[in-house]
Amino acid sequence: MSASTQTADSVERPPLPPHGWSRQRVLGTALVALWALLGVGLVAYLVSAWNTEMFQKYAPGYVSGVGITISLVAISIVAGAILSVPVAYGRMSRNPVVASLAYAYVYFFRGTPLLAQAFLVYYGFGSFRPQLDAIGLWSFFREAFNCAIFAFSLNTAAYQAEILRGAIQAVPKGQWEGAASLGLHKIQTLRKIILPQALIVALRPYGNEVILMIKGSAIVAIITVYDLMGITRLTYSRTFDFQSYLWAAIIYLLIVETLRHGIDWIERRITRHLKR
Amino acid sequence: MQSVWTLLSWGSEGWLDDIAYGAFITVCLALATLPVGLLIGFLIALSKQSNERSLRLAGDIYTTIFRGLPELLTLFLVFYGAQIGIQQVVRLFNPDAAIEVNSFVSGMIALGVVFSSYASEVFLSAFRAIPHGQYEGGFAVGLSKAQTMRLVVLPQLIRIALPGLANLWLILLKDTSLVSAIGLTDILRQAGVAARVTKHAFLFFGIAALIYLGLAILSSIGINAIERWVGKQEVQR
Repeated sequence: MSASTQTADSVERPPLPPHGWSRQRVLGTALVALWALLGVGLVAYLVSAWNTEMFQKYAPGYVSGVGITISLVAISIVAGAILSVPVAYGRMSRNPVVASLAYAYVYFFRGTPLLAQAFLVYYGFGSFRPQLDAIGLWSFFREAFNCAIFAFSLNTAAYQAEILRGAIQAVPKGQWEGAASLGLHKIQTLRKIILPQALIVALRPYGNEVILMIKGSAIVAIITVYDLMGITRLTYSRTFDFQSYLWAAIIYLLIVETLRHGIDWIERRITRHLKR
Repeated sequence: MQSVWTLLSWGSEGWLDDIAYGAFITVCLALATLPVGLLIGFLIALSKQSNERSLRLAGDIYTTIFRGLPELLTLFLVFYGAQIGIQQVVRLFNPDAAIEVNSFVSGMIALGVVFSSYASEVFLSAFRAIPHGQYEGGFAVGLSKAQTMRLVVLPQLIRIALPGLANLWLILLKDTSLVSAIGLTDILRQAGVAARVTKHAFLFFGIAALIYLGLAILSSIGINAIERWVGKQEVQR
């Protein structure tokens, strides 16, 4: 039998490796079983600890807490996005003074904890009460919610500026040159050529930033804002019932996972033209 | 009104010694969390890149949960949950026992768990950057699986994962501030006490922020040195 007459069927193949109960498989199954057990235990605990009276008393608080968390994050992200444009512009500027100012801004807000920034605004601005009173801003900074929005906007502006800068610089320089040779104005180039390409790069980091903000917003509970975390702490301090924290965990996980899958969907959708 | 410099002096009059102690606690907590987080993260990454489906699933569940929960909530879950859990176990033997869980240990566990879930992703992408031929090469020269991992894969893995891990270290350093919420006397807590007593809130929280910034700068210098050192190792090979 010559080699040329051999078809693919007649080639002798090595047998498939045995799919037995290897050590890895035992370990993996045990771990999955452990997770399943924890999940069942959680559900069983929540069912056994179900208390209709308590639910009626505290569930509306949780709903309003979720509302406050979402509005806090939404306002901060939008305000941060607006503020991030001049910061990103400054970071890319050739003027050394502007560039180093923008760099210092970004470095400060990315290098210090969000909690410290929130404290600095909420407690620290109280030191300047006479001055703030004089310019009529004290009534704004008296509210913990406003302070949280102020601190979060400044914080996310620094992160978003870096995302924006990275995305714009990821677009090849030839795109600018090509647009210039077609006689497009700089702003036209940015709006019609650079930004559509940059936003594809920026989508995932932006999505991550939103998720980080939602998770980070839990700290406003410490400066007495009754967001989801704040309501949870309040409920726990009144009932000493551990399920208040478990419900918060479930709600946070639901929000974050929904967002994550939403971002995945948007990314698939806007990169359709890049798929082959 | 005392002058700012008296407030910031060392000793019973000033607050500098208290804040320095807080900085010491912060650094200790971050340094104690790091090895725990790295080890768990590495193990999770190993499970997520294995051929076994159930192992991958178990690792994915771990990261989904601990990357989705706010760090503060994880901290409270560990702090209060461990307290209730241990108390119930101890009450089986001694009904009158009252257990106080150490906030340092709770912080270490919570931050370690969060750190490890992010670190596992960093390690996983580093694993994917190592060609399969490296494992085959190790096998071909007669190394055992563990030896291949230790002598061939790990040195390359660390080099690839280093920038991502450095980033996570900076995040960890900032996240330690959350532990002040469960009563650990870190920088932020000490600054808060000083602010309440002296009514100079902006001064003390500003100093706390600057200390965090200083720690971040120091870390960057250290990380750069490590990266240069690791880069030199590579050139020599």
